[in-house]
Amino acid sequence: MKKFCSVFYIALVLLFIYAPIFTLVLYSFVDTPIVGIEQIFKIGFSFNLYVKLFNDAALMKIVWDTLILAIVVALLATLLGTLGAIGIYYSKGKLGKGVSAASRIPVINAEIVTAVALVLLFALIFTESRSYFSLVVGHLVITTPFVVLSVIPKLKQMDPNLYEAALDLGASPFRALVSVVLPEILPGILSGFMLSITLSLDDYIISAYTRPAGFDTISTYVYGAMAKANANSSLPALRALSAIIFVAIILIVVVQNVRARKKGAK
Amino acid sequence: MTKENNALPLANGGKIRFRIGFNRKQLCIPYGVFLACFVIVPLFLIVFYAFTDENGAITIENFIRFFTTPTTLTTVIISILIALATTVICILLAYPVAYILANSKLGKGGTLLMLFIAPMWINFVLRAMAMKDLLTLIGVFGLNNYVNVIIGMVYDYMPFMILPIYSVLIKMDKSLIEASQDLGASPLKTFVKVTFPLSMPGIASGITMVFMPVMTCYVISDTFGNGLITIIGKLIDEQFTTFQNWNMGSAMAMVLLVIMLVSMWVTGGFKSEDTRGTNL
Repeated sequence: MKKFCSVFYIALVLLFIYAPIFTLVLYSFVDTPIVGIEQIFKIGFSFNLYVKLFNDAALMKIVWDTLILAIVVALLATLLGTLGAIGIYYSKGKLGKGVSAASRIPVINAEIVTAVALVLLFALIFTESRSYFSLVVGHLVITTPFVVLSVIPKLKQMDPNLYEAALDLGASPFRALVSVVLPEILPGILSGFMLSITLSLDDYIISAYTRPAGFDTISTYVYGAMAKANANSSLPALRALSAIIFVAIILIVVVQNVRARKKGAK
Repeated sequence: MTKENNALPLANGGKIRFRIGFNRKQLCIPYGVFLACFVIVPLFLIVFYAFTDENGAITIENFIRFFTTPTTLTTVIISILIALATTVICILLAYPVAYILANSKLGKGGTLLMLFIAPMWINFVLRAMAMKDLLTLIGVFGLNNYVNVIIGMVYDYMPFMILPIYSVLIKMDKSLIEASQDLGASPLKTFVKVTFPLSMPGIASGITMVFMPVMTCYVISDTFGNGLITIIGKLIDEQFTTFQNWNMGSAMAMVLLVIMLVSMWVTGGFKSEDTRGTNL
């Protein structure tokens, strides 16, 4: 009975989470701006929206721009955040504590506050306040702290004697850091990298405030299209895009689990 | 082993250690400079703008206007109520999920947990669009804007509640529960007196991940509220985009900032261990 209740509850919450996504996938095959039961019968299923998506040069540019931005941001955030985490962890004094406390501000702060604060800064130092630079900096502000949060636990788990041993065996501090510390904290660095990509792809508010004129990410584009809600917008084609993203993510989850299972079986 | 190590040229070792300690600390300087420039300085700019008028003269007029305008205060109250409702529903929905995943065979291997957090990887504006489509399909969209907004918020933020509660429950020392049962406590009493209090850090962490974003994430309230529901994030947005009144907008942002700093100070967020499960 208890088991049945657990299974039932889990199934119910999963339904809540996945019903919208299934709706979206279903209607990615129905070429209609209006989502309704009768549209399925009137219009029927087709790949029209997928064709539209891939033929829409402007939309494809937005997809690529979003992905490239996420990768650039994630690489920079990983570099900055990993160095920061190592520095914070080994500095027991005020410097480390100060950087660590400042690093928590963007995590807890409301995104809109972070965004308008950056607007004030960029308006003060640049004549053209919004540029690709301001966009990347904005994304770095919200992603880098999460790299730090991913790397620090790995530093704590590491045997502190490893680094000392490398030094005693004659390695230079730099060499010890690269060939001893780095491999140990690599899982944290990788999860920080992935988290940065996710946060960058997911962001709306920071992008809306720091992007240069004429530059759109998927978020800003979808929000704009929903606000206008006109029949000519590419909103239906975005269902096809979302369906592709959704299937890709499910595949990643399945593959990761199969790999984890195999690891566990060993 | 350690003894031998210490017996090696000690003076030299000490010197190296001092120099290395300094080197490693230096690694956080680039990040420290970055934070100072793009986090700390901008926050001071908000304070500066909040206490000045458009000519740069010092004033507290912005705050007086903020706290005496009825529509603004209504917005603040509505934001708080929506955030409260969302947070409570998220806890009620997420806690059993986290508990089942952490304690029963169902959750073993992490497959189910992955299913619960996988939607977090889908862009949240697209997720909002999907939920709006579903609500439209079943015909409840636009019936009650507040209910729709709360559904949208819960849908977007629930994973952020599941994750921290789960990571606290999974790390919990199970022998404490056994001890409580051995000492004759009923399962309910064990839960109320042992499990639940021990999971409070997870709940607290979840609240910080849900409450504040809900009060400010105007994308969801715009999408689900038919443009009729304004939350405090939207007020700030309007000041910066529609009205171009950066001073008033900064004053509003500063109110949020103060709430954030106070809650961080109260929950010990500046130094506490992280339970957000960023390692998953």
